[in-house]
Amino acid sequence: MFTKQLPTGEKVCAIGTTETDQKLRLIEIPRRKVGTKDVRIQIQYAGICHSDLHSSRQEWGKTQMPNVPGHEIVGFVTAVGSQVSKFKVGDIAGVGNFVNSCGSCNECSHDMVQYCVEGVVFTYGSPVNDEVGHTLGGYSEAIVVNEDYVFSIPKNLSLAGVAPLLCAGITVWSPMKHFGVKTGDHVGVLGLGGLGHMAVKLAVALGAKVTVLSHSSKKSDDAYRLGASNFIVTSDTKALSAADRTLDLVIDTVWAPHDLNGISKLLQTDGTIVILGMGKTLEISPTTMVFKRIKVAGSLVGGLKETQEMLDFCGKHNITSDIELVSVNQTEKAWDRMLKSDVKFRFVLDIAGTLNKEAIVAV
Amino acid sequence: MASVNKQVYAIGITDAHQKMHLIDIPLRPVGAHDVHIKIQYCGICHSDLHHVKQEWGLTKFPAVPGHEIVGTVSAVGSEVSKYKIGDSVGVGCIVNSCRTCEECSNNSEQYCDNGMTGTYGAPSQDPLGHTCGGYAEAIVVDENYVLSIPANLDLAAAAPLLCAGITVWSPMKYYGVKAGDSVAVLGLGGLGHMAVKFAAALGAKVTVLSRSAGKTNDAYRLGATNVLITTDKAAVAAARKTFNFIIDTVSAEHDLNAMTSLLKTDGSLILVGASPKPLGLSPFALIPKRIKIGGSMVGGIKETQDMLDFCGAHNITSDIELIGVDKTETAYERMLKSDVKFRFVLDIAGSLNKDVVVE
Repeated sequence: MFTKQLPTGEKVCAIGTTETDQKLRLIEIPRRKVGTKDVRIQIQYAGICHSDLHSSRQEWGKTQMPNVPGHEIVGFVTAVGSQVSKFKVGDIAGVGNFVNSCGSCNECSHDMVQYCVEGVVFTYGSPVNDEVGHTLGGYSEAIVVNEDYVFSIPKNLSLAGVAPLLCAGITVWSPMKHFGVKTGDHVGVLGLGGLGHMAVKLAVALGAKVTVLSHSSKKSDDAYRLGASNFIVTSDTKALSAADRTLDLVIDTVWAPHDLNGISKLLQTDGTIVILGMGKTLEISPTTMVFKRIKVAGSLVGGLKETQEMLDFCGKHNITSDIELVSVNQTEKAWDRMLKSDVKFRFVLDIAGTLNKEAIVAV
Repeated sequence: MASVNKQVYAIGITDAHQKMHLIDIPLRPVGAHDVHIKIQYCGICHSDLHHVKQEWGLTKFPAVPGHEIVGTVSAVGSEVSKYKIGDSVGVGCIVNSCRTCEECSNNSEQYCDNGMTGTYGAPSQDPLGHTCGGYAEAIVVDENYVLSIPANLDLAAAAPLLCAGITVWSPMKYYGVKAGDSVAVLGLGGLGHMAVKFAAALGAKVTVLSRSAGKTNDAYRLGATNVLITTDKAAVAAARKTFNFIIDTVSAEHDLNAMTSLLKTDGSLILVGASPKPLGLSPFALIPKRIKIGGSMVGGIKETQDMLDFCGAHNITSDIELIGVDKTETAYERMLKSDVKFRFVLDIAGSLNKDVVVE
């Protein structure tokens, strides 16, 4: 995609893992010089996504070092290249999961850059022709991104609460739109974490009725507060039975192994289960699928245009994520708590407030 | 109304004797909306075997399978409007449904909320208390579940359309196979060979996926333009992201996740083989390309008729081996070994009589 190496423009502070061990540390990273179509964003907040942990702990294969995760980025535009037309200095902007793609394949031409045939360039960990050799994400003071991959954030939304929309939000929004959630539909949301709570808010805002399915009863108050009209504990066979054949779509946000057969009973004929958690193999009975023409599908984040549409929709309906704001020196603790689902419902790093040369990060 | 036999010969199993043999069964009287059909031919479907081997739960006795039925109308009830005596008709997998639920109202009787009535083995108002299928001289069916067979089609070769045909036609229409699409067909048996013919007739480019090169000639003859040997790793790697659809007709256990590499973004893997074992689906096979794996079961009545009319217009029937009913058990054994090109059809009118002995 780039023919000659992109020149470095500056060095900024970041939180990342290095060759030495996999603990997060304060490091310094280069950012490229602002090119003609680039936007430089001074990062205010970066949401913590489970993917950040997977990649830093090398759970998805070998991760390039240094590794700076973070793909739920919001901040202010501080510089724009000479050919930038969509943004100006001072604008509030966001960056999500990718910072480039081939731009010409069938997928890119249909607002599906996340499925780019040549391989989309993710915000962190993808090869790029610059000083470092791979992209570095939003756990950093600033980022430089091509304007086509930058989003405009509605002014009325609280910035910190917007950050998780850029991954958690779009990850549930995209399949709900693709599989046609509309007013009057009945959507099941399995798992009430970062993704799940956004699925409830967005499905309700789209006019659907929502049932939350969870392995524990602890989250029932939250489910109703977020707008769900029903809450079922998945071990409660009676409740599951009563909900037989009621759902049009299940948004499955659970990463840990779980049983799809019980879930498929809740679906109407022609229902769909959308798998979002990149976990281990899940089992389902083909008989159930054949007898009710059930579909099991995957979905990966969302395209650029649809991410902007989601943000505009959130601006109109005043929707943001429920967050817990933490300082960067709490990142490892936040990761540990995230693994235990001990957060309502997304951690967001206060980058501008706490990431500086004096930050003490390694525990 | 001409008088018709109320007791007919059939091939089935009984409590006392659980191998296929000659029996006789009662048929219900021809009701106001009923059609009495003299059966000419009946296709042998793998489901028939599951039923008589009692692999799908408690089979009611006597059990007479067969749901790929073609024949001639020999009597009609007083309020029948769609058929007359002498018409060539067919009966598939469904002989009744509730007719009032959302599924039935949407021409999806196979998914009837209250449970459709299968052509054999289903509880019903018939004299035995359950339905008996097409391995019999005749059958009585409500006209709304009888299909019209285009006059230009060979009757025996049309029989398998009523299950094998519709089982692959319905999902191809539902999941949207259209001209220009790339379709892969896994398994070249009764269902698979129909999938190749239909996909090619719909204007798609068809590849047959096979573990060995033995079926290559057949694949091309049926209308495929390519054969991909799934054990050839290099060929499979080169075929990455080639297909919009994979029609999976294989009921034996196999790995679906590896196959998804062949699908394009937004591709669909359609399952029509109902294996008893659970499938393991990897999120990594589904998420990176928004892949869907979907099931499908036979088809509704209206779409079965649409399919038959399409077959009439395009002169499509099944590739069959016609056999006498005395060879039913032999056919079952050969079918289990996939030793047929590509569907056995029983010559009911020609061989089912009081003297027949099933080998």
